[in-house]
Amino acid sequence: MNAAFLVFFVVGTIAVASSILVVAMRNPVHSALFLLLTFLCVAILFVVKDAEFVAAVQVLVYAGGIMVLFLFVVMLINVRHLPDDRTLSRFWKGGVGVGLAIFLLLATVVRTGTYHDQNPNKKLLRSTASHRVRKVTNPDGSVTRKRVVRHRTVGNSEAVGMALYQDYLVPFEVASLFLLVAMIGAIVIGKRELSAPEEETSPDFILKRMETEKDVKEAMSA
Amino acid sequence: MSTLTRYSAIPYTGPAPTNREPYVPTDTQKMDARGAEIASRIGAEQETGQDLPTLVVRRERIVETLRALKNDLTFTMPLDLWAVDYPRRRQRFDVMYQLYSLQNNERVRLKVPVADGEPIPSSLPVYKGFDWFEREVWDLYGVRFDGHPNLRRILTHEAFQGHALRKDYDPAQRWLCTEKDVAALVPKVDPRFERVDTDFERVTLNLGPSHPATHGTLRIVVILDGEKIIGAEQEIGYLHRCFEKSCETHTYQQAIPFTDRLNYMSAIINNVGYCMTVEKLLGVEAPERAQHVRLILSEFMRIADHLVCIGTNLVDMGALTNFWYLFQPREEIYGLIEACCGARLLPSYLRIGGLAVDVPPNFLENAQRLVNMLPKYIDDVEKLVSRNKIFHDRVVGVAPISAEDAIDFGFTGPCLRACGIPFDVRKSNPYLGYETYDWDVPIAEGGDTYARYLVRMEEMRQSLRILQQAIDRGLPSGPVIIDNPYVALPPKEKVYNEMESLIYHFKLIMHGIQPPVGETYFQVEGGNGELGFYIVSDGTKNPYKVRCRPPCFAIYQAFGQMITGQTIPDAIAALGSLNIIAGELDR
Amino acid sequence: MNPWMHYLVWPLVKFLVAFIIVQGIVAAMNWVERRLLGFVQARLGPNRVGPKGLLQIIADPVKFLLKEDIVPANAETIAYFLGPILPLIPTFLVYCLIPFGPPPTFVAARVNVAVLLVLALTSTGVYGIILGGWASNNKYSLMGGLRSAAQMVSYEVPFGLSIVGVLMLSGSLDLVKIVNYQADHIWNLFPQLIAAFIFFVAMTAETNRTPFDLPEADSELVGGYHTEYSAMKFAFFMLAEYSAMLVNCCLMTLLFLGGWTLAIGGYGLTTQTLQHMGIPGGMLGVLIFIVKVMTFMLVYIWFRATFPRFRFDQLMDLGWKWMIPLALANIVVTGVVVLLGQSLNFQGEVVLSIAGAAIVGYTLYNLRPRAKVVHASRVSEV
Repeated sequence: MNAAFLVFFVVGTIAVASSILVVAMRNPVHSALFLLLTFLCVAILFVVKDAEFVAAVQVLVYAGGIMVLFLFVVMLINVRHLPDDRTLSRFWKGGVGVGLAIFLLLATVVRTGTYHDQNPNKKLLRSTASHRVRKVTNPDGSVTRKRVVRHRTVGNSEAVGMALYQDYLVPFEVASLFLLVAMIGAIVIGKRELSAPEEETSPDFILKRMETEKDVKEAMSA
Repeated sequence: MSTLTRYSAIPYTGPAPTNREPYVPTDTQKMDARGAEIASRIGAEQETGQDLPTLVVRRERIVETLRALKNDLTFTMPLDLWAVDYPRRRQRFDVMYQLYSLQNNERVRLKVPVADGEPIPSSLPVYKGFDWFEREVWDLYGVRFDGHPNLRRILTHEAFQGHALRKDYDPAQRWLCTEKDVAALVPKVDPRFERVDTDFERVTLNLGPSHPATHGTLRIVVILDGEKIIGAEQEIGYLHRCFEKSCETHTYQQAIPFTDRLNYMSAIINNVGYCMTVEKLLGVEAPERAQHVRLILSEFMRIADHLVCIGTNLVDMGALTNFWYLFQPREEIYGLIEACCGARLLPSYLRIGGLAVDVPPNFLENAQRLVNMLPKYIDDVEKLVSRNKIFHDRVVGVAPISAEDAIDFGFTGPCLRACGIPFDVRKSNPYLGYETYDWDVPIAEGGDTYARYLVRMEEMRQSLRILQQAIDRGLPSGPVIIDNPYVALPPKEKVYNEMESLIYHFKLIMHGIQPPVGETYFQVEGGNGELGFYIVSDGTKNPYKVRCRPPCFAIYQAFGQMITGQTIPDAIAALGSLNIIAGELDR
Repeated sequence: MNPWMHYLVWPLVKFLVAFIIVQGIVAAMNWVERRLLGFVQARLGPNRVGPKGLLQIIADPVKFLLKEDIVPANAETIAYFLGPILPLIPTFLVYCLIPFGPPPTFVAARVNVAVLLVLALTSTGVYGIILGGWASNNKYSLMGGLRSAAQMVSYEVPFGLSIVGVLMLSGSLDLVKIVNYQADHIWNLFPQLIAAFIFFVAMTAETNRTPFDLPEADSELVGGYHTEYSAMKFAFFMLAEYSAMLVNCCLMTLLFLGGWTLAIGGYGLTTQTLQHMGIPGGMLGVLIFIVKVMTFMLVYIWFRATFPRFRFDQLMDLGWKWMIPLALANIVVTGVVVLLGQSLNFQGEVVLSIAGAAIVGYTLYNLRPRAKVVHASRVSEV
């Protein structure tokens, strides 16, 4: 048993436990905090797998950005009064089903897919090809321009960059387009009518004043 | 024997003011003529012999009278509304309205006699500005206003019993506040705003009464949608100490320290307003030297008032440094006053008929030093702030009020001038010789927070202009308090050496000043606008009624409307620019 | 060398030394800030405890330790407790990653994605503010927390984007390599002038300093997220804020001002030169680094003495409508120039520096105070 396995075991246990607590906690803020803990644990697991870049991005995007927005929304709603009795959602059976299905899917993929660490050529993941045009002096004295392909071992982040912007460029762009569409959709749905709050303003106050006036009149007549 | 110089050596031979003859204002014939004209135009009765055109209106007719005065005779500005209690009369209350016409620069007073329990139709449909004034009369006198949408107590608290300014209310009594009473003090907020589950985006927030930006004990209940204010209501009265009732239980002279505490940022101006009202009632005038010192100190106080207003307003917006840059010269101004009378913030320097003591010999040099020094500090702040992009974004267009609304709410002073209305009591009804000085009234367009800032900045420069001229003219020689033993104390040397002076001294201390029977109103330009005093004398040593017209009161009632639709930072910036002084607001 | 020593003990020792020095600086900064503000504002500042008030540095923590620790009724106890502590962890962890001097002596942990990790860690500092604001059971605190959350998320974007140009120029995420690159070429400040400006503004916003101190705006929200905190818990908030300030100033120095080096085009005090000089060279490097960092700390204080506070919507406008597009444009321009420079063999840095200087010069020329100060108009006849 080496150190990496020990870390994996401990952190992985915490990650699984806290992800269960995310759905088990009743206070949404506590749920969000456990989700944050899960994210951080997963980031540590990435580091254990020598994927510092993914780990950093995991913390930066999920812990630093998305979870903050989650908390923002949860606090804006500011749910303080929670129902006393513990109830399961009506859809818990479906939820468990979907969870199990995804777990099986991932387990199958992990078991049958290629796993780079076991690949004898470990350099593959960590190498890139860069192209350069070089002037080459031919034996007959003439000079031609020649494309030279150079393979070199690169860092983690460069490897991710190569994968995203070279090997999987089209899927990446399509995914970003989807996200853009989703964002615009969210804005359209979330946008309120601008005139609505203005109309609400005065009646409340007039109503309030009318009530006070009524109270005063009652007090006077009594 | 230097103190003797303030007194002429010749014994007093003038007439003894008597309290048996009624008070006759100086220009009463002109006022009566004008009053008759107005009365015939709108068909009301007239009361003659007053210092202002005065109409007596039956309570049923008040709204139509007000409407006629506003629409036909251009009395667009509601200045003041108060009441006087005459418990022996069947119609024991005189509810008084005072209106002002910007076009004709004239005032009119309405008297509405009502019996106890008789309601008056509310004047709110005509003048928005009488909203809080009517609440105050209800609170302190128990005169009901029919049709007022929010007739609650305003200066005293909800659990208060009785009406404090009635003559039969014993000022010495104490109310024990029970737990039930305290429960009644908890603000009642519409429960719909508290239901978070259905309407979670709305938050009710209490700004104050103890909040860093309220500079005193103001409370604003705002209803928020995110950061946007969708409704606001102001609660006042946290600093109420019944100034008017206190005046009734003290002599005329003893009320001067109370006036200090009205607008404590410019205490001397309050002194001037009160003393000149009593002098008007007495038919006397302070000596020239005293008048000149009063003018110089008034203008310094006005500058100090504006320095505090702008400094705190900027510090509320996070511009920390300006606060110190502006408070530094303010300290110097207080130093000047300290040299005169030994007190700084609340000097009580004036006396009825003049000043308490003469100014120190180097008074003018010190004043000149201050006048030379002040522009530098003002320029420093101007350089730091006036062209700052963040500052502009924070104030331009924030919490604006239109000129019509401002007049309708009874705005006066810098807040009205920021709407482009050049109304200044120093120009419209000059006193202390303001008409002999060369100066301008600053105005700005828009009525927003930026306009108010600009007007105050420019007003300080205009005050400096007045001060420079006043210093150049030099102090007139002569006494600083009038030579009238029925009004002013004889000097101590005479008291110790002359029997007559000793008797005068004794009489004045024991029986006080006894002005003739009558009533009068006098107004000065305070730091925030028209500061008016209305005094009724019944010929005794105590004022029968002292009414103070606080400029803040009229301005602050519009605050809720001004900030609705703005954000909290806007509200804070606007509140600072209105310069609401709780001491004056709550009295 | 023993791997335990190499991987655990030495980094830990380095971290502890850096931590103690940094905490000393943070405590001293409080005194410096108050004295400097006093100087700007024509007053004295703390001058009673010890010579020139220097012992104030010790007196303040002692006061915080002795004060009563108040927990408001109906507060969420756990979250209220976690609030001041959570932001301390990432800000202290970051000091492992910051190279304070020439490697290897003055770097506790050299990571090849150091920039990203620093960004990731600092971005989690906001949790304390949000939690503290929420758990206090106070509307002002909650609003402070909400403002902080929105502000942090918004300014994280230009904060990260402004660095991309630097990364493209130096071709690495390793802070040491970035510094070496600058020593060999030119301080990134010049080719990345706009990015440096965006970075500095964004980092001021990230640390809730004037003019972006909306989450704790004392005149609006009383104290914002820390309204209900007292004693040592309040001190922890302050500690985290000043530590975050210092981290950001370190980042600014490393990314844009050449870190511990003092060289241009490979001439001057480069990393190699300093390493050759041995221990004194290392110390010299640290000194240069601290001087640069302190300059930015003083600029922070200068800001505080000068600017009014933004309003919330204006803050968001500035972030989303100005900073982010500007940072994106900077990335595009830098990318194009770097690529062209590689293929056409010219120094991209020079071109970018000239372009940046031209843009900034033009902007300053346009922004110069031309309009006279607006005065209220005056009426003589009334």
